[in-house]
Amino acid sequence: MEFNAPADTNLFDTAKVVGKSTPRIDGPLKTTGTAPYAYERHDVVANQAYGYILGAAIAKGRITAMDVSQALAAPGVITVVTSPDTDVPGKSSMNNARLFGGSEVTHYHQAIACVVAETFEQARAAASLIRTQYDREKGRFDFPALAPDAPLARGRGDKPDQARLGDFDGAFAAAPVKLDATYTTPDESHAMMEPHATIAAWEGDRLTLWTSNQMVAWGKKSMGEALGIDPENIRLDSPYIGGGFGGKLFIRADVLVAALAARAAKRPVKIALQRPLIANNTTHRHATIQRIRIGADKEGKITAIAHENWSGNLNGEDGENGTYQTPILYAGANRLTSNYIATLDLPEGNAMRAPGEAPGHLALEVAMDELAEKLGLDPIELRIRNEPKTVPATPEKQFSDRNLVRCLREGADRFGWSQRKAEPGTVRDGQWLVGMGVAAGYRGAPTMKSGARIRLDGSGKVIVETDMTDIGTGSYTIIAQTAAETMGVPLDRVQVTLGDSRFPASSGSGGQWGAASSTAGVYAACVNLRRAIGEKLGFNGDEAVFADSQIRAGDRVIDLAEAGTMSADGEITFGKFKREYDVGTYAAHFAEVAVNAYTGEARIRRMLAVCDAGRILNPLSARSQVIGAMVMAAGAALMEELVVDKRFGLFVNHDLAGYEVPVHADITQQDVLFLDTLDSVISPMKAKGVGELGICGPGAAIANAIFNATGVRVREYPITLDKYFERLPVIA
Amino acid sequence: MKSFTYERARTPAEAAASVAKIPGAKFLAGGTNLLDLMKLEIETPTHLVDVQDIGLDTIEDTAEGGLRIGALVSNTALASDKRVRRDYGVLSRAIVAGASGQLRNKATTAGNLLQRTRCSYFYDTNMACNKRQPGSGCAAIQGFSRQLAVIGTSDSCIATYPGDMAIALRVLDATIGTVKPDGATRTIPMADFHRLPGDTPQIDNVLERGELITHVDLPRPIGGQHFYKKVRDRASYAFALVSVAAVIQPDGKMRAAFGGMAPKPWRVEAAEAGLHEDRAAAMETIFAGARPTEENAFKIPLAQRALASVVAQTRS
Ligand SMILES: Cc1cc2nc3c(=O)[nH]c(=O)nc-3n(C[C@H](O)[C@H](O)[C@H](O)COP(=O)(O)OP(=O)(O)OC[C@H]3O[C@@H](n4cnc5c(N)ncnc54)[C@H](O)[C@@H]3O)c2cc1C
Ligand code: SF4
Repeated sequence: MEFNAPADTNLFDTAKVVGKSTPRIDGPLKTTGTAPYAYERHDVVANQAYGYILGAAIAKGRITAMDVSQALAAPGVITVVTSPDTDVPGKSSMNNARLFGGSEVTHYHQAIACVVAETFEQARAAASLIRTQYDREKGRFDFPALAPDAPLARGRGDKPDQARLGDFDGAFAAAPVKLDATYTTPDESHAMMEPHATIAAWEGDRLTLWTSNQMVAWGKKSMGEALGIDPENIRLDSPYIGGGFGGKLFIRADVLVAALAARAAKRPVKIALQRPLIANNTTHRHATIQRIRIGADKEGKITAIAHENWSGNLNGEDGENGTYQTPILYAGANRLTSNYIATLDLPEGNAMRAPGEAPGHLALEVAMDELAEKLGLDPIELRIRNEPKTVPATPEKQFSDRNLVRCLREGADRFGWSQRKAEPGTVRDGQWLVGMGVAAGYRGAPTMKSGARIRLDGSGKVIVETDMTDIGTGSYTIIAQTAAETMGVPLDRVQVTLGDSRFPASSGSGGQWGAASSTAGVYAACVNLRRAIGEKLGFNGDEAVFADSQIRAGDRVIDLAEAGTMSADGEITFGKFKREYDVGTYAAHFAEVAVNAYTGEARIRRMLAVCDAGRILNPLSARSQVIGAMVMAAGAALMEELVVDKRFGLFVNHDLAGYEVPVHADITQQDVLFLDTLDSVISPMKAKGVGELGICGPGAAIANAIFNATGVRVREYPITLDKYFERLPVIA
Repeated sequence: MKSFTYERARTPAEAAASVAKIPGAKFLAGGTNLLDLMKLEIETPTHLVDVQDIGLDTIEDTAEGGLRIGALVSNTALASDKRVRRDYGVLSRAIVAGASGQLRNKATTAGNLLQRTRCSYFYDTNMACNKRQPGSGCAAIQGFSRQLAVIGTSDSCIATYPGDMAIALRVLDATIGTVKPDGATRTIPMADFHRLPGDTPQIDNVLERGELITHVDLPRPIGGQHFYKKVRDRASYAFALVSVAAVIQPDGKMRAAFGGMAPKPWRVEAAEAGLHEDRAAAMETIFAGARPTEENAFKIPLAQRALASVVAQTRS
């Protein structure tokens, strides 16, 4: 099915299942601990051995010698695979860092060996007996020092990543009200609960990988490239994923090394990356430096806006571009966005939940707050005054659907914004200074082609098969809802099987495209099946009504079970017409924060997100997505930071004791509101994702609330107390 | 983890004798610190003597009007004991400010006192660390030191003692009772229990080989208002940047011990008298000679403010 014009009225506009709050159909498996996650799939293949990965002790240089004799002689050890002695024929085109193979070390904790043993404990104990010698080289570890000389990144079509409209410099110079501020965000870790884990088994030249991966089709392709084998000989299976947040978009060392180790051991091998390895061995969100300049007239109309962004990465590629939302959020005739990237020898930076936008909002939405303060305007009013009619940086482009002003207004009502004191530092509750903050949020709503297979089992049960993944988001349930709606059966008559590369390729989960794309793909396959049933039983499948497990075609009423066993594949693809639109999701985020006047401890009291994301397929799981993202945003605002040791080139706090993410006590009341909007440009479902929207803005709302509470602005994230407690107003 | 042998002792004397006998042996109590360190090969005992069956798990009234806390009393049991909550509130509050409910259920009084530092470099066996590997150097002094100590440090090590319970025990003038492998017992004041690093940062405390902690004694209650203020980046489940254990009497006189500042609970009795008269001057005395790094210098003014916050909470 090609989606090549905005959707008309369709069955989802009168839906009975889609759009209704529905508990996860996989919930009981998860709450009883019986959902099979990769490392626990003891039953998929016999004779599994345990692999344990050893990480490099240096950040840059070469391995000159490796002595594995003691490890090989240790109890239970089957084999040891070392990087210098392993010829890995290719490299996945989707990985920046080399995952394994060769003597070169390009980042700390790069996988350099894997011990395979009968038990996990034996493998771990033996790994520490490997003696490695290195030739260390000087590395580029100091991003802030390197940033000023960093070149522009290469954007689309390899052109320098810089965009101008009008005359920014002139307009900024002439503006009566100006803001020029620089913000920094640190490296961050995905810190998902489930570590990267894989079981690999060879059968002749066919490889099966039970793993934890967001993008099954990409993983299959990447492994084909790395191993130099036909991807059709590779099967990936990833039905349950304990969080990914972008850290499992691409294969990592666990997958490749498990495959290599299984070949060497001539046995299936299972590997989970140990927690202290994850921060440096896998990917992280890159640190950014962002300079924002905004010029406005005295009424608060923006006349000039510039957002310049610096980040760094291995190989000088694929940075964290904090400017993504800036061409879209606010009006202004004269504009500049630039994206610079330094080359670093730190571990690979890569996608983490709302790459670019998440740190981008931490800068832009605080800059807007600072501008409002300069103008003496309410920050909500400032945003409303700069609401654009078409896409600001590309005025010929329309918005598919945009209701940011509604988000702001309805949120203000719900949150009690009118109670906010414009004068900072004036609300006191015992030892605590209390403030409120607001931020807008924008996150693009891309779609990707997505396929599925729908089967009827002859009893009226509908089975959905697709390689789509559920990374804790609720894909199982929204896919079941879509199939139930389209095939006219109750939800409990739908069975959903996900994550197996033998099924039709889907959009996968990433970039908040999964919900919109994969459900549209399931819809496309259901439409094909309805047509096939019509052909078999002699009616027009497009005109018949599928409801209550029956088909009503003209005056015939047929039980769905009568269609017998049938199957149809289908795929949604998206046409070029979308290019005329910016398809995005919007939110208004609010936070109330209390700051201890003595110590600067910041504690969130309330948060609210009002989201505009088209049809909400399952309000219950969508809400969970948004509140989870708000928690992550709170972490980014207040505590999360991978600390770089600039001498040795590593993230030092590489475990969950050192890398602090919010705990329950940090997050009190959270509220989420969805506007009842529909976006007919996105897909037949008229639904957009929310998983990344939820992290775009709440951190800035928290930062703005801290300012409102204290009158102190901290522009270096995370806003930890040491950065400002000495500037707090003196308590009487 | 290195492989090790394991036994379960039945009496304190047996436990002490076993550890003394076998080179590289260690006691195992709740295991919440030791096992984590063993998995990372930061601790590599050859033999574990599990003490969970040796008794020492009750809290008794003492003849002096105080309490005797068995070494194996769990953190949860200690913090929730009625007498402790009534008469030694600072102790109860300090304990519940630490770790998590699950950990406190498992963690013991002795084990808690002996928990090792949380310095990031101590935890990474690729890094130089004199405490983990004597003579290898200290990666933290020129590195990531935000959490680390500002006073009582040396050129060999700037690690903090990370615990909370001990800070309260220090302010309460608790003493630690031990038994040695030869059966001799001794009493160690809290002030003398943890060591400063000097040239031997690998030695955290004054216990001898095979010396087993049997109990902790609390003297008679001292009244006053009890506070434990723990300042940290997140609201729970994090070690202190700075903590203050304080007992403040109705006349404003107070005792105060500080956590997160030093390799041991930090208390300077000689300066305490000044705390209710000229707090700033007294604090200057308490932290005189501090040698903070650029990253952790904030702890000194933060400790001052943490104490001010506590004082402001006293009922007038
Ligand atoms: C994630 C996490 C967070 C934490 N957060 C905090 C916190 O915020 N604040 C805090 O204070 N603590 C915190 N802790 C530390 C926790 O309090 C300690 O791990 C615990 O108290 C140790 O007690 P245990 O009985 O488990 O000791 P074990 O791990 O069994 O032993 C620790 C040491 O004590 C020795 N030992 C045990 N018993 C005796 C004895 N009777 N005589 C002589 N030696 C003995 C052992 O040989 C070992 O060297 C945290 C721990 C974890 C894992
Ligand atoms: S401060 Fe102490 S514990 Fe930390 S690295 Fe230095 S010697 Fe080791």
